[in-house]
Amino acid sequence: MSELRYTANTQLEQLHARYTGTGHADTTKYEWLTHQHRDTLAAIIGHPPLLGYVSIADGECQARERFELIEKMVQPCGKPPGKTDD
Amino acid sequence: MSEEAYRPALQSYTAPQEILDEHAELADQDDTPDVFEDTARSKQVAARQSDYHLRRFNRADGQGEGEDESYEDRMRRINLQREEERVRRHKEQLEKDKTEDEKMVLDDKTPPRALAGDETPPRAIAGGDTPPRDTTPPKKKRRWDVEEVKEEPGAETSAAPKRKSRWDQTPSEAAPEVKKSRWDQTPAASATTSAITSTPSVGGMMMVEDKRYRRMTDEELDGLLPGGEEGYEIVPVPDDYRPAPSVRKMVPAQAEHGFMMQDDSDAARARSAAGGMQGSQEQTEIEGIGTLQFLKPEDTQYFAKVLGEGGGEDDDNSYTVEELKERKIMRLLLKIKNGTPPVRKTALRQITDRAREFGAGPLFDKILPLLMERTLEDQERHLLVKVIDRVLYKLDDLVRPYVHKILVVIEPLLIDEDYYARVEGREIISNLAKAAGLAHMISTMRPDIDHVDEYVRNTTARAFSVVASALGIPALLPFLRAVCRSKKSWQARHTGIRIIQQIAIMMGCAVLPHLRNLVDTVADGLQDEQQKVRTMTALSLAALAESAAPYGIESFDNVLKPLWLGIRQHRGKTLAAFLKAIGYIIPLMDPEYAGYYVRECMPILIREFQTSDEEMRRIVLQVIKQCASTEGVTPTYIKEEVLPEFFKAFWVRRMALDKRNYKQLVETTVELAQKAGVSEIVGRICNDLKDESEPYRKMVMETVTKVIASIGAADVDERLEVLLIDGIIFAFQEQTLEDTIMLDGFATVVNALGDRVKPYLPQIVSMILWRLTNKSAKVRMLAADLTSRLAPIIKSSGEDGLLSKLGVVIFEQLGEEYPDALGSLIAAEGAIANVVGMTQMNPPVKDLLPRMTPILRNRHEKVQEATINLIGRIADRGAEFVPAKEWMRICFELLDLLKAHKKAIRRAAVNSFGYIAKAIGPQDVLSVLLTNLKVQERQSRVCSTVAIAIVSETCGPFTCIPAILNEYRTPELNVRNGCLKALAFVFEYVGEMSKDYIHSVVGLLEDALTDRDHVHRQTACAIVKHLAIGVAGLGYEEALTHLLNLVWPNIFETSPHVIGGVMDAIEAMRLGVGAGPILSYVLQGLFHPARRVREVYWRMYNTLILGASDAMVPFYPNLGSSADLASGQDYTRHELMMWV
Repeated sequence: MSELRYTANTQLEQLHARYTGTGHADTTKYEWLTHQHRDTLAAIIGHPPLLGYVSIADGECQARERFELIEKMVQPCGKPPGKTDD
Repeated sequence: MSEEAYRPALQSYTAPQEILDEHAELADQDDTPDVFEDTARSKQVAARQSDYHLRRFNRADGQGEGEDESYEDRMRRINLQREEERVRRHKEQLEKDKTEDEKMVLDDKTPPRALAGDETPPRAIAGGDTPPRDTTPPKKKRRWDVEEVKEEPGAETSAAPKRKSRWDQTPSEAAPEVKKSRWDQTPAASATTSAITSTPSVGGMMMVEDKRYRRMTDEELDGLLPGGEEGYEIVPVPDDYRPAPSVRKMVPAQAEHGFMMQDDSDAARARSAAGGMQGSQEQTEIEGIGTLQFLKPEDTQYFAKVLGEGGGEDDDNSYTVEELKERKIMRLLLKIKNGTPPVRKTALRQITDRAREFGAGPLFDKILPLLMERTLEDQERHLLVKVIDRVLYKLDDLVRPYVHKILVVIEPLLIDEDYYARVEGREIISNLAKAAGLAHMISTMRPDIDHVDEYVRNTTARAFSVVASALGIPALLPFLRAVCRSKKSWQARHTGIRIIQQIAIMMGCAVLPHLRNLVDTVADGLQDEQQKVRTMTALSLAALAESAAPYGIESFDNVLKPLWLGIRQHRGKTLAAFLKAIGYIIPLMDPEYAGYYVRECMPILIREFQTSDEEMRRIVLQVIKQCASTEGVTPTYIKEEVLPEFFKAFWVRRMALDKRNYKQLVETTVELAQKAGVSEIVGRICNDLKDESEPYRKMVMETVTKVIASIGAADVDERLEVLLIDGIIFAFQEQTLEDTIMLDGFATVVNALGDRVKPYLPQIVSMILWRLTNKSAKVRMLAADLTSRLAPIIKSSGEDGLLSKLGVVIFEQLGEEYPDALGSLIAAEGAIANVVGMTQMNPPVKDLLPRMTPILRNRHEKVQEATINLIGRIADRGAEFVPAKEWMRICFELLDLLKAHKKAIRRAAVNSFGYIAKAIGPQDVLSVLLTNLKVQERQSRVCSTVAIAIVSETCGPFTCIPAILNEYRTPELNVRNGCLKALAFVFEYVGEMSKDYIHSVVGLLEDALTDRDHVHRQTACAIVKHLAIGVAGLGYEEALTHLLNLVWPNIFETSPHVIGGVMDAIEAMRLGVGAGPILSYVLQGLFHPARRVREVYWRMYNTLILGASDAMVPFYPNLGSSADLASGQDYTRHELMMWV
């Protein structure tokens, strides 16, 4: 493992920089689930039939629904939990 | 019979053993020249650097311990130095004037060199603290036979013989000519070099042991040397004579430098210290340090505190904290610099981790002097620079007080001839700039900008350009503007402009956003009163234009006029620089402007055609090339105005001799041809193909080749065609140099002429036929090479008769003994067979192939490659002409070729197996290959597995897989592994077809994936990978899931290859069974309490995200809980809960 500190981890940083949603051993539940939520919202927006379905359920037009979903991506799970002492 | 017994048959003759021994012994002694000494020296950086590079040792500032001087102090000192320099120049000038006056009066022929003693380096006046070695110019090479005589005052006693032969082996001579290095001298030995010293003081241990070197008795000496009757007398031994006791005692003579030599236990260390002088690679174990690869005498000085007595870690208890730090750092540095790789690695990590704890001061006080050591070698420098790099990261702004010291040491790397050293230097300086900040960097480097020494200014300029690229050009611009307009000294302006040149060179097109600012900053320099500043300005404008091309002409508006005025005013070097700048600016212009400006500067260029300055000639060529390539220049202009003068001035034999001229001239001419047309250029030079100078012919040929290759030969009229072919044939026949230029030229011209070449073919072929039987092997080889180039064009001209004649002659030549020529002959035969086809081939294939079989055994790579290509071609196209038995014979021969070093040969051999299997059926070939899996050699086995896979691809997997499965039962590791590998390749090659065989191999894979041997499991994972990719989407999820369950337990493997294989298999499963199921496997460990487990699982999760983030959305677990909701996080994905 100690080897990875100088080689693989530098690559890991690049990986994180390039691809959102990737994680590491210290990813918190909040970060992980935030990414999941964003993925889900993106999936709905990216599949028009699904977006149509959700907009009907919400009773909004598709453009409005789409806008709201995008807005929701900012903090899909609410505020981050307060820092614990570790 | 008995007589024969007296005559033992000698296999070889060699020198008598005692002579060999003696020479070996001579080599051991110190005063014999070591032939490898120069090689050892060249590893040292300083030994191979030019005098200019070595000026780095003259920088006294920034050396020694402690922090940098304050800005004020440095400015004061620099000003002082400049003043001293001025005074010195003035005095020199006065002296010179005076001597010149005297010379005129006396007509004295004394060269002004007599004054050289006056030329004290300015630093010596300034500091006076120079270490003594700096005052003498650095010795470039230590010649064993010259210098020492000079240093020894009493040496006139003997004109030292250079080598000892047995006949002059008297002890009387042995002593005085001891070569003195610092390591073998004792005060006693050097003080008394009397003729009667009979003590052999060199290489003592060895000499005492040897009988011939024992001490001579007085009687023996009396017998040997002339005595009283010839007028000699024996003088008594002087009182102060103390013979040197033994050789090992000589080494501690260095004790005053702080290196303590132990008596007995450290003998090994002493030896390594002495042997390390020439960089011996002997590994040494040193207590408290570890295993070192070498130890140089200089190291023992630097690291005295941790090497000598009490150097071990056990003695550390009696020191203060500071001293302890110092000792720790020294130990770590020694380990990093000299240690074996594992030792080095741990030490490097320690020094990095504890950098802040050690502090910048103690670290750099130890590192920097090491980097200034003269005997530093490449590897050591690399490692030390690496240490600085790592440490810099950690220290960050703590480094500030040491920035100048670091710069002094690192700047020379920027002008090193080694590319990697330059890159390392840039890296360090840019990190330094980021850590210290712009303001600090500027105030540190400011005093060096108008330093008296040009070397310092040069390196500072380069360092500044690195700073600019690290912190951004805009940040540095105000400073640069101020420097470039400095009124105080022209040196500052010069350096400022040079910084901009370096920025342009280093950053390339990244200067574009700041181009106008940069150009405006230097613009004033064009009218500077100092010629050097004007030159540098022009050069930096050239660099800016070069890196901005093809954009940015509007930024150069301000400098166009001064540049054009400048080329009319200046001469010599400045003119060259101005022309260069214009040459780079013209291509940026709009066509009509470019045309105008070209016509403006052409007269000057044409005037400069006559110059004798080589640099100027190259620049003129370059500018002509750039001018010719712009749109605004018309062909008529080039033809009428430029070409006549151009050919008169440049197309002369002398230009072919210098490589840079040669290259530049060819490039320029090709560029001119683009405008002027083929016939114009080729017509002018093609007579020179018959010139008597070969390099010149070569240059002509290369130009013709390039011109015709880029523009074609349509423009060549009939007369020129005749001349050209004639010239090329002449040049080809007269070729003696080893290169392919003539060959390439011949092929290019003939191919470009196409069917117009038909009338000449009989002539060319008869020339080839004649040369194929030439006495010289090289001529035969060239003729064969030419045949392979010309075969297609001969065929397309319909001259089949010529081809078959060539084929037969070459076939008869296959007994050729020179491998290079043989390889070419076979390649030629192959080329003919290629264009003619197997059925029409003459000689017939059934004769040709058996002739090739024995040649396959030839060890020469070129022959092997040509042969295997020909055989593969025959197997592919005309296998039916040859009996199956012959093919089997070839199969066995091919196995040997699988061991070849060259990849092309192995690949051709493996492909041939496929063709042969197709021709005669897979059974026999397969059994040959499967048997070959038993051999020891790994490469041969690997190639066999590839060949098996190719056979199964060409003949269908059903022919091979049963045989492989059967072979897998052999209880032998190599065979089983080979079978697995073969299967992996089979499934890779057959792709979708593997769906019919997946159930047949599941049993084998179960066995392989649960094997103890990890290579086994790795190879099995490769099979699983290819299977999973092959059958993805075809409905084999149940079998794949079964395999996934067998692969999964291997995820914690540590060997990089195995874990790589396992991860690949799992990623392939993402395709095979879908992302969802894999996600459910991965979820199990993402939040495992053990970090080591989590790391592996997150790695797999990341690959899933990269490959299939969208596909995983429906499979994410539902994690919303009231506890999270209470603390403000809502993890439920409400959109997925909607229901219409």
